[in-house]
Amino acid sequence: MTSMTIDKAGPSRKARIGSMSRDRKWAMRWSYVFLTLFAIFFLFPPIYMFITSLKTSAEISAATNPWWVYNPTLSNYTELLTSNQFLTFFRNSALVSIFVVIITMLISIPAAFALARMRFWGSTTLATGVFLTYLIPDTLLFIPLFKMFATFAQWTGIELINHWWVLIFVYPTLTVPFCTWIMIGYFASIPKELDEAAIVDGASWTQTLLRIFVPVALPGIIAATIFAFTVSWAQFLYPLAFTSSVDQQVLPTGIITTLIKGDVFNWGQIMTGALLGAAPPLIIYAFLMDYYISGLTAGATKG
Amino acid sequence: MAEVTLRKVVKRYDDVEAVRGIDLDIPDHEFVVLVGPSGCGKSTTLRMIAGLEDISDGEIMIGGDVVNDVPPKDRDIAMVFQNYALYPHMTVAENMSFGLRLKHYPKAEIKQRVTEAARMLDITDLIDRKPKQLSGGQRQRVAMGRAIVRNPKVFLFDEPLSNLDAKLRVQMRIEIKKVHQKVRTTTVYVTHDQVEAMTLADRVVVMNRGRIEQIGPPNELYHRPATKFVAGFIGSPAMNFIPCRLEDSGGLLQIRVGETIALPVPPDRVARYREIPRDTGMLLGLRPEHLVDAQSNQGAAFRPFDATPDVIEPMGMETFVYFPLAGVQLCGRINPAIEAKAGAPLRLAVDLNHMHLLDEATGLVL
Amino acid sequence: MVDAAQPTIRPARARTTRSGLRKFLERKSTIAFFMALPLMLLIAIMVIYPAFYSVHLATLNKSMQRFVGFGNFMFLFKRETFWMVVQQSCFFAITAVIFKALIGFVVAHLVHNIPDKGQRKWRGMLLVPWVIPPAMSTLAWLWLFDPSYSAFNWILAHVGIGPIAWTGDAGWARFSVILVNIWAGAPFFLIMYLAALKSVPEQLYEAAAIDGANWWQRIWYVTLPMMRNIIAITTLFSLIVTFANFDIVRILTAGGPLDKTHLFATWAFRIGIEGNDIPLGASISLFMVPILAVAAVFILRDINKRGNEA
Repeated sequence: MTSMTIDKAGPSRKARIGSMSRDRKWAMRWSYVFLTLFAIFFLFPPIYMFITSLKTSAEISAATNPWWVYNPTLSNYTELLTSNQFLTFFRNSALVSIFVVIITMLISIPAAFALARMRFWGSTTLATGVFLTYLIPDTLLFIPLFKMFATFAQWTGIELINHWWVLIFVYPTLTVPFCTWIMIGYFASIPKELDEAAIVDGASWTQTLLRIFVPVALPGIIAATIFAFTVSWAQFLYPLAFTSSVDQQVLPTGIITTLIKGDVFNWGQIMTGALLGAAPPLIIYAFLMDYYISGLTAGATKG
Repeated sequence: MAEVTLRKVVKRYDDVEAVRGIDLDIPDHEFVVLVGPSGCGKSTTLRMIAGLEDISDGEIMIGGDVVNDVPPKDRDIAMVFQNYALYPHMTVAENMSFGLRLKHYPKAEIKQRVTEAARMLDITDLIDRKPKQLSGGQRQRVAMGRAIVRNPKVFLFDEPLSNLDAKLRVQMRIEIKKVHQKVRTTTVYVTHDQVEAMTLADRVVVMNRGRIEQIGPPNELYHRPATKFVAGFIGSPAMNFIPCRLEDSGGLLQIRVGETIALPVPPDRVARYREIPRDTGMLLGLRPEHLVDAQSNQGAAFRPFDATPDVIEPMGMETFVYFPLAGVQLCGRINPAIEAKAGAPLRLAVDLNHMHLLDEATGLVL
Repeated sequence: MVDAAQPTIRPARARTTRSGLRKFLERKSTIAFFMALPLMLLIAIMVIYPAFYSVHLATLNKSMQRFVGFGNFMFLFKRETFWMVVQQSCFFAITAVIFKALIGFVVAHLVHNIPDKGQRKWRGMLLVPWVIPPAMSTLAWLWLFDPSYSAFNWILAHVGIGPIAWTGDAGWARFSVILVNIWAGAPFFLIMYLAALKSVPEQLYEAAAIDGANWWQRIWYVTLPMMRNIIAITTLFSLIVTFANFDIVRILTAGGPLDKTHLFATWAFRIGIEGNDIPLGASISLFMVPILAVAAVFILRDINKRGNEA
């Protein structure tokens, strides 16, 4: 009796699985086809950058097949990497980004801890305020900041405009609100008992933050650090508005203002410069993709 | 080690009173369990003793000092949390020694204390592992170890076994009792599980709606509950409450249950019950083990009656029968040898020596 | 035994009497306030003050010596370019966000469809446009759109389509800036939607399948409702960022041809910084505030709702 039912159920069930998996297989094949198309769409600009970066000016102006390199050369790279100007841009960008990351972490970690755990007068309002600040774009603030810096110079004689280091004070407005916001989320996900245990164990609030919260929320801190770095590295509007001398430029503005000279576009070098400029975020992304993505999604899924 | 004293302790959240004036004296070395349903204020009380919650009113003393304004770290207490609250980035040894390291104890002493506590809790092999690599029971041991190494004045336990499965819970219960017998530190233990309360406590504090219902050793609470709440909360299955009235019948005082059953008040209680107005609404309180089969329980104290159980629960060493009587559903406990069937009449008996009589309006046991 | 093993070498703890000030400094709320103080100062000085200062600036004349009230706004309302920029900004933001959301949604499903172990690789590739600084990638597009050497036109020439003036013709220039924006922004949607898709419990799909729902019905009745919140928040976020975009238009067309691709941000930069008319530039950028405020209110509402659900 039992064996009979199994026999009966067997083939029909098998057939069903077979048809389902055949559907699945086709769905999957189409998925791969379309994914490939989208991948081409998303990846060809950087690939084209790379192709162009290997060409000589002569090959570019000869208007041969733009998608192929006939005489690959690294001359664009050697030229840029030995040019003092380009290295200055690179150094300025690196210094600005590193300082901004440090300042951002020093401000947002304690603030996020206080907002996530300690509740003080106005702390909920401040948390909302932090989030709203994150929504205020740089394009709204660059004009008043420009004028503020000019006024500051009139009062104190300290010239802020046209110095690369002014960006160290400006960029945190872009990084701190978001980093604080996602750190609040990460801290809030730590069980309340953990800090209570630390407090009972005799830790002060600062010790709780440094010895419990920072190590436990380390993935979040890494994600926030990556975010702060990439934002500082990529920022274009502020350096364009606040710096003009060649030696005060950071990479994005430097490449555009110095390599594009009037109507003479040295595309091989421009593409090389852009690729080198994109390299640090890309390298970080390649090695720390999971942190990068968790920081990206944390903004909306946490808090 | 020290005694803990609570004097008229009140906790108010905005407009809600979570704890409404608690007085409690816990002598040195005692193991006290606060038990009650969720929201009764037991955890809040514990957290006030720990210093994790401010005290709205009243005083808490540890070792004779008022600690109302003393921060947790200076109260010299240790706490074990429900979800263990182990620091995930530290090894077992680091977890246990964290408090000592914060207080800059000498390294050698830290090591000695950790080793000692680990041995007592049988976690010596786990000392270098991270909490992630431990089972629930092992984490619970580490959490206890963290409390033990501190050698504090008071241990506080906040539902420490709630996250464990039933079997492990029994095992850890015994473990906790053993530890207390060794270190003899004053302990306040919070749980919603009356079995835990009964098995662990020197004295049980039953709390309800922010107040203490009754304080006493486990057996006293079980056998002489002061209120309907305590009577119903302690013991499993819970005590049966049957609506009834007192009446006089031929000079004898008897308890009238429904139309059919009248039970004589045992002679030693007549004096106690005689003055009660006869029209007072009463409840007869009977534990399941005092509603038994008539076959194996005979004698003067047992009053037989007939009932028709609708559910039978064989437990192996006993069998519970559920049956309706006087408009309520009752639970009795019979000898498992007796063949009982749902829907078939069964002769049961009431053990009147263990009955309780309660005032239905006030909920007090008379 | 343990008692004996734990000799009481308590380190002497200095029991100082707490003075009022000390007590105040040790209070939790005081410590918290000081921990958050740098954040508050930063926001106050570098964000809130400039925001209000911007309103003040907008009421001054070009040399910033005279108060002109709504003069700048009146002046803008009378200029055709202003209304063109309003239209362009709205068109740019709405079109770009719709396409980013659609592409993100479709690609997220495609990635979700394939076996788990391949997903990481694909996700990694598809997110690359988001990782490259926009100023750098827009340069690549600028080169792809080059009037004489366009690599697109080279391909199109092979299929017999004449050269397209990607950044020279008003219509094509608008198309180009939107295309680049979609290219750079769609991966963000992809990642958000993918995270949302992963958070939908598999049992819901199984239950729907047992209830006889087909593929479309599963998307309509299970996926979309479960993702509603993330879709809303991501879209609003993106709307703000796209509306306030600067880099792409600035590098690709610099607002041209004939101001036909200017957005609020690029036009404000042209007038305010390059044209040295700070008050007018500030007035232009302030026009972004209403739409940003509306989006922000909706986001905040959604985030609070999520908070309450949790």
